[in-house]
Amino acid sequence: MKGSLVIVGFFVLGVMCGYGSLLSIDLSGTDISFYALCALMFSVGISMGRDPQTWHNFRSLSVGLMLLPVLTIIGTLAGTTAVSIFLPLRSMPECLAIGSGFGYYSLSSIFITEMKGAELGTIALLANIYREIFTLLAAPLLARWFGKLAPIASGGVTSMDTTLPIISVTSGQDYAIVALFHGVILEFSVPFLVTFFCSL
Amino acid sequence: MFTIIGIMFAGVLVGYLLRKQEALKHVNQAITVIIWLLLFLLGVEVGGNDRIINGLQNLGYEAIVLATGGLFGSVLLAWALWQFLNQRKKGASK
Repeated sequence: MKGSLVIVGFFVLGVMCGYGSLLSIDLSGTDISFYALCALMFSVGISMGRDPQTWHNFRSLSVGLMLLPVLTIIGTLAGTTAVSIFLPLRSMPECLAIGSGFGYYSLSSIFITEMKGAELGTIALLANIYREIFTLLAAPLLARWFGKLAPIASGGVTSMDTTLPIISVTSGQDYAIVALFHGVILEFSVPFLVTFFCSL
Repeated sequence: MFTIIGIMFAGVLVGYLLRKQEALKHVNQAITVIIWLLLFLLGVEVGGNDRIINGLQNLGYEAIVLATGGLFGSVLLAWALWQFLNQRKKGASK
């Protein structure tokens, strides 16, 4: 949670700098954010590749539980499609690109900003932060009403890091490995799905 | 954008080949710092764009609608899977 606040803090700091024109250089003319995004994706790849043990541990999961990330993807995209009719200003692919962040607000908002502009990027940032905050607050109720898998699905990508502690408290320690698996698979899907829907 | 996905796969390969290298332990700190930088830059762009600043309330409303839809759909399917797995377990123990 503290890490998320720092990230949001940097965004807010940026907004204030941009609003008050505190930066004398015009960043929009440069490719700095594209190169930083390349560096980010390279680093994300390294962190996945250097930890093969995590992938081995997932073999203990049952096939049924391995379906959870797929269902989270389908459910999120279906739900996002359904509500997109309330948003006349946004096309359906734009809405789906935002939904495909699965709570991974940093990466998805950066991707969407790069491909579709800062306005849609801001919605992606807010929508995916909201998903994380909702999960942190509602996890106990979700587990009680919708079963122990619900807080994991709700957390999306964050079920592997920021919401993992609350999930292992509300769903039980047994479900921590499911949450990790779920988060890793979704994290892997974000760049593909966001790019795909942005290119439609 | 497909360049970027290719770069990610290159990273997976490099990370796997160099997994014994101690220096790569710091990659998560690098990720955090780059995310700070990129969200700061996104903020600068947002702050400098009057249209976005003036419409921030609407953007927030759209964000909540989209997030709620996605949450509802994914929780519903997680609940269905939970019911299915429990019923199968009950059937197996009979």
